[in-house]
Amino acid sequence: MMKGGIVAMGVEDIILWQCNWFKLNMTILNTWIVMAVLVVASAAITRSLSPSLQLTHWQNLLEVIVLFLQQQVESVGLGQNFRYLSFLATLFLFIAVSALGNIVPGYESPTASLSTTVALAACVFVAVPVFGIWERGLGGYLRRYLEPTPLMLPFNIITELSRTLALAVRLFGNMISDVMVVGIILMVAPLFFPVLLQLLGLLTGFVQAYIFTVLAMVYIAAAVSGSEG
Amino acid sequence: MDGLIMIAIISIVVAGLTMAIGSIGPALGQAKAIASALTAIAQQPDEAGTITRTLFVGLAMIESMAIYCFVIAMILIFANPFWQYFVARAGR
Repeated sequence: MMKGGIVAMGVEDIILWQCNWFKLNMTILNTWIVMAVLVVASAAITRSLSPSLQLTHWQNLLEVIVLFLQQQVESVGLGQNFRYLSFLATLFLFIAVSALGNIVPGYESPTASLSTTVALAACVFVAVPVFGIWERGLGGYLRRYLEPTPLMLPFNIITELSRTLALAVRLFGNMISDVMVVGIILMVAPLFFPVLLQLLGLLTGFVQAYIFTVLAMVYIAAAVSGSEG
Repeated sequence: MDGLIMIAIISIVVAGLTMAIGSIGPALGQAKAIASALTAIAQQPDEAGTITRTLFVGLAMIESMAIYCFVIAMILIFANPFWQYFVARAGR
């Protein structure tokens, strides 16, 4: 398990197929499964939308999810802009569905691997300046780093970097601890308790998805609205 | 004692202590934060949404401290630079 750098805790070590420059491991395969589920479900349900009160159950479900996320984005102060909603809702849905898939045996959540969570945190890290510059211009966004006083410039930069690291490691730590605890309890008391711990893992998966999204929302709102946010 | 054995013992012990001691402070801080958030929601139920969101952001900030301890523990166990050096030297 000990290699030269940060090691993967098992999910990435299962290599399914390999050519000379590309290794298909379980993490990538499970990420593709989550993507396929999200895209196929959305495409199938939105093929026949009905604006009246006679909805199918699936359309109702999608509306509940979209309205909930829209409400959250508005209450943070980001308004009705669809670009924020699309980015943040994708984050939430990806992490939530990948946590939900743990019900299926043989599937391991791709967010239980440090690569995926670092990638998601890197998306947020890139999205915050992009949205900030989009909304306030390059000068207005860079001036934010000098608030409240120019002495705070190194601290603001360090804050940016450490929040990204914290986002990645928080999600990774929560997911991998669920996997590890279930594995260890399977060795100790395998009849009933692993199920309870898997339920707890499901709950923390959803809570972590919500926390990740809320933190990304707050960072983007701080970059977009500036001194009054 | 051999350098290899000493590195192993110290890394393991410190990794455990880091996580154990490093999660006391954040846990107490989060307990206090949640307690005052619950009091605030009880006093103003209409603002429950805002209070909950602020609570989560605050909890995330406090939890960062425990996460940094977790990262140090993981580095000590899984990506220990001194271990690599001593293993390479013992292998030669």
